[in-house]
Amino acid sequence: MGYPRQPSVFLDEEHDAFRDMVASFVEREVRPHADDWEAAGQCSRELYTKAGAAGLLGLRYDPDLGGSGLDFLATAVLAEELAKGDSIGTAVSLMAQSEFSLAILADEAGDELKQRWMVPAIAGELIGGIGVSEPGAGSDVAAITTRARRDGDEYVISGQKTFISNGTRADFLTLAVRTGEHGPNGISVVVFPTDTPGFVVGRRLDKLGARASDTGELFFDDCRIPVGNLVGEEGQGLRYILSHFGGERLVIASFAVGIMERLIELGLDYAAERETFGSKLLGFQTWRHRFAEMATKCEATRLLSHQAARLLSDNHPAGDLAVSMAKLHAAEAVQFVAAEVLQLHGGFGQMEESPIPRYYRDVAGFSIGAGTSEIMRELIARSLIKPRP
Amino acid sequence: MKVVVCVKQIPDPADPGELDPDSKTLRRDVKLILDESDSYGVEMALQLVDTAGEGEVHLVSMVPNNEVSGLRTALAMGAAGASLISDECLAGSDALGTAKVLAKAIAAQEPDLVLTATESSDGYTGTVPVQIAELLGLPSVTFAKEIEIDGSTAKVKRQTEAGYDDVECPLPAVVSVTAGVVEPRYPSFKGIMAAKNKPVEELTVEALGIDAGEVGWAGSRQDIVEITAAPVREAGEIIEDEGDAHERIVAFLDELKVL
Repeated sequence: MGYPRQPSVFLDEEHDAFRDMVASFVEREVRPHADDWEAAGQCSRELYTKAGAAGLLGLRYDPDLGGSGLDFLATAVLAEELAKGDSIGTAVSLMAQSEFSLAILADEAGDELKQRWMVPAIAGELIGGIGVSEPGAGSDVAAITTRARRDGDEYVISGQKTFISNGTRADFLTLAVRTGEHGPNGISVVVFPTDTPGFVVGRRLDKLGARASDTGELFFDDCRIPVGNLVGEEGQGLRYILSHFGGERLVIASFAVGIMERLIELGLDYAAERETFGSKLLGFQTWRHRFAEMATKCEATRLLSHQAARLLSDNHPAGDLAVSMAKLHAAEAVQFVAAEVLQLHGGFGQMEESPIPRYYRDVAGFSIGAGTSEIMRELIARSLIKPRP
Repeated sequence: MKVVVCVKQIPDPADPGELDPDSKTLRRDVKLILDESDSYGVEMALQLVDTAGEGEVHLVSMVPNNEVSGLRTALAMGAAGASLISDECLAGSDALGTAKVLAKAIAAQEPDLVLTATESSDGYTGTVPVQIAELLGLPSVTFAKEIEIDGSTAKVKRQTEAGYDDVECPLPAVVSVTAGVVEPRYPSFKGIMAAKNKPVEELTVEALGIDAGEVGWAGSRQDIVEITAAPVREAGEIIEDEGDAHERIVAFLDELKVL
């Protein structure tokens, strides 16, 4: 039986039809391959072309570039459904391309860069990633040290990135580099083609969860790229990156909603069958009430994330606060639900043949990626606590 | 080139269906979706029009109410428009009644080619395509796995148990498309938005010039006498391998006449 989803006041019937389409895409193109891709450490490259053909990789972007010109609510619905494929790594791989690597280009890059990189990426012919984190700079983006030195018409890039989704096979990276002084004003963003001499993929990182998302450690040794690959203006990189975290955080919150739906659905099916002490688990008040709590957390997260999607789409000043709250709540809610459903399944929940332990591992990173829960709390606190005279 | 595709809107097979004890038929007062077996015909039609470089795909469907959600899916895939015969008197139609209504609506479109599924996923009679062809006086080719249009001729690879037959027939013709022979495209969000504004012409039985007594329960020449629940699946036989398992499996398959 499917999860009895609450209707969202933010969505219309086109979103519902789109949800049905993505659900069918996931059922046909993702879930049957989930085990293989989890074991291989990456989804198939073909999935990108299929997702591109279905219009899933450019929902928010200009139709002239192959996009659909929609808003963040469509992105939220897409992420909710992609998360139900029993392979969050696959969902991350697709969204790392469509939402993370392309969002800055869509808003800040010139036409030539958009045509060269966005058009094939939206079609699923190229794979992109966003390169920000470094061994010494995660939440503290302003601390990055990968340097881009100007030499005539070229930038010469040297440094290191880590934890980069799609990193080991991306065709291009939306890359944060230091072009100027230390601190927040010396950062720029460039499009970096990964066939540039001097670029080396260190290794695919072996992670706790999201195992079908290839996550790489990347090295840059005097890599030369044209200055035309600069996105927007020099020195504005930190602003570009921070102002685009909203989409990434919304995607994580929406993944959490989808996973909660899937886990509650799996849990209800199991509890309807599993008998202990002569009664189905669903007959025990303790589990009935725990399901009620799980569903309430799921719907609360959906409301927060759809509200955030609406505000982000409207460029509302409260958008960043809303999405920080959505992501903070989402991570805690999904980790609670994953633990509850694991508990419900008892010994069976420990078995790798069921998707339950995979989801349990996958959601551990939800309070870390795209801004930790500590950073979310700080952002929320800043909007609450203003300096007093 | 104008290709008409017959599509049926059926209760979602993912939800457990219910039989109406009075009519002894499937209850259809739930949300209806596009029959998956029709999505292959829609895809085939869209590809043929793409190859031809001109023309359009038009859908024809009938329901006893004015349900369009399944039609919208096919429109979102790329069909240009639809004719929906929506009339309360259609409830209870048998295969021939259905074919009569569809044939009239198809004829009004003056198509170059008519595509159907081989059978619907809820009724399974498999007779409607040939009945439509007979009523329209058109050639009928069934179980197509590939269709090529060459001028005014359809060249069809017709699937058989052994492989396929090469069949040619003049156009217009009615061709039923085997499920699984093409990969139906996913309707994009852009397609879904566009589908909202595509024309769906609602027609009554009377508008098609058909007497209401010829269709529905009134015109049905079949009577469902009794329905019984499917037998509960019995446990299979477990063959323990004591060195001769392969022989016993071969003997078992031989008994089923599948070897």
